[in-house]
Amino acid sequence: MNQTVGGVAITPELLIFGGVAGAAALCAIGVVAFNNAIRSALCLVVNFFLLAFLYFTLNAEMLGITQVVVYTGAIMVLFLFVIMLLNLGAPNLLVEKKDPKKYLGILLGCGMFVLLGSQLLPELLKINAPTLSPELARFGGPEAIGRSLFTAYVYPFEAVSVLLLIGIVGSILLAKRRI
Amino acid sequence: MADFVQHLHPVLQALIRAVLLVIPSLLLLPIIIWWERRLLSWMQDRIGPNRVGNITFSRTSRLVPGLLKGKKFRLFGLAQPLADFGKLLFKEDITPSAIDRFIYFTAPAIALFPAFAMCGTIPWGPYTFLTPVADVNIGVLYIMAVSSLGVYGIVLAGYSANNKFSLMGGLRSSAQLISYELAMGMSLACIVMATGSLKPSEIVAVEHGPLWGMDIAPFNWIENWNILTPYGLVACMIFLICMVAETNRAPFDLPEAENELVAGYHTEYSSMKFAVFFMGEYAAMFGYGLILSTLFVGGWHMVPVRFAFLAHEYPAFGDIWNMLDTLNGSSILAPVWMVVKGLLMITAYIWIRCTLPRLRYDQLMALGWKSLLPLATANLIVVAIWIVATKVGNQWIGWAAVVVSAAILYGVYQAINKLNKKDRVDLTSRSIVLVDEPPKTREIELVERAPTA
Repeated sequence: MNQTVGGVAITPELLIFGGVAGAAALCAIGVVAFNNAIRSALCLVVNFFLLAFLYFTLNAEMLGITQVVVYTGAIMVLFLFVIMLLNLGAPNLLVEKKDPKKYLGILLGCGMFVLLGSQLLPELLKINAPTLSPELARFGGPEAIGRSLFTAYVYPFEAVSVLLLIGIVGSILLAKRRI
Repeated sequence: MADFVQHLHPVLQALIRAVLLVIPSLLLLPIIIWWERRLLSWMQDRIGPNRVGNITFSRTSRLVPGLLKGKKFRLFGLAQPLADFGKLLFKEDITPSAIDRFIYFTAPAIALFPAFAMCGTIPWGPYTFLTPVADVNIGVLYIMAVSSLGVYGIVLAGYSANNKFSLMGGLRSSAQLISYELAMGMSLACIVMATGSLKPSEIVAVEHGPLWGMDIAPFNWIENWNILTPYGLVACMIFLICMVAETNRAPFDLPEAENELVAGYHTEYSSMKFAVFFMGEYAAMFGYGLILSTLFVGGWHMVPVRFAFLAHEYPAFGDIWNMLDTLNGSSILAPVWMVVKGLLMITAYIWIRCTLPRLRYDQLMALGWKSLLPLATANLIVVAIWIVATKVGNQWIGWAAVVVSAAILYGVYQAINKLNKKDRVDLTSRSIVLVDEPPKTREIELVERAPTA
């Protein structure tokens, strides 16, 4: 039933992955390609959202939903807020003039892509889908994450929370003239 | 029924579950809008829309059959939303010229999406094959995530219309939603800690068990509705305030404050695009009502009484208890009670709207950050202490620990407040004191000058 193309079986999962990943890649290009800051930010929002869907297809629901809550729901709203507050008007002012560095950049980027791809692709093609075991089904769930956060990684976790608290206090100190 | 559904393809099953959630809430929207208009006008001593759909047949015309002559057919204005819809549909669709076209046209759709997607993990009855749409392990987090997406529709509408009042409405709304999201998450975290699960279906299952901390002889027929426990009551009040703020309803409707911002973020929207924003707002209200009734008010049960337990305990009246259990929602009546609870929440929304005046912007921010967030955090600490004390000792030690820790936290809060207010001008309430000062008498000195010659 399943057709194979180049040794890879075409399954519904692969088609869904292809659609979502392709759309995510297009959005990622849109982030750098749009002249309008708001549209770039929106592309980033859609990109994060599609990445969350990719996590869902990998059974990592916790990671996916955290992605939506933290990045899409909070950080990108703040980004949009700041962009609107600054009101970066005429987008034509932001367009760069023709620059030889641009073409050099594209060339170097392609070289980097080929270099990384030639190293990564052969390894990635060898990977098969893991068979679902009871341990794997619990992997990445809220219980597993909570357990490891509060047992094995409790010191780093607390250190990060103290760091965030210091960040909050510091920003208040900088923003307020009179405490 | 269950067998038939369970033998379908999983995709078809998911489709059935989604349709069973979305279509009824869409069908309820006109009734909600009618109810809001009628209830609001009764509370404001008006009559409200009560005419559309009424037919009075003629007494004399030959075209009317004799049976109907002079008869009146009343619909109490229930057709008013249909008439409103028709009016909005045929209204001229004005599109301003200097807009960001793509974002302008997609913003209403973005505003509508989270309103309907929000209830995806909420179960509306004891049928595991029909509801919830996705019984995932992260249900409460999913609700938080999707409700936080609601801000995008408003912000983008405000930005794309290229109107300073729209933009201000969008900015206000994004600041407001981010502020109230935190307190809302904290209040939900209390419930998650107390019930020990992120799944709404499991939270409801815990809610239908015996009351927490009161699991002894005279009280164990009461169900563990979270609103009946002290921490749950506080969390429920915080959630209620936050959900009014999240749906941009009065008294938190600053993004569309008419006296300051024309109509806020939808100033430049007309016709069907405005209607879509309108629908999104009411669907979100109903969705939040369902979420509140699931997480705090016992899901699909009508009264917090464990009739199954009573039937087991007092078998003499077994049939009566079993019948009451069936009526209480463990059968076909479950979705009815869910809808009734959702509509009661809508009524609460309307009541709040016509009771409280709109907050000032600094009051809104102070309420979110200085009152609700510390209260929710204190509530979280109290719940944690209660859980530990109940597990280490027994429930009475738990109760004592709750009272003591709540008293200590309240004392700390008062002390911090006193220290803060020591040398600071209080800006939460401003007033002008008019003093009638008596006119100053001016004394004129008369200087005699020597006449110049």
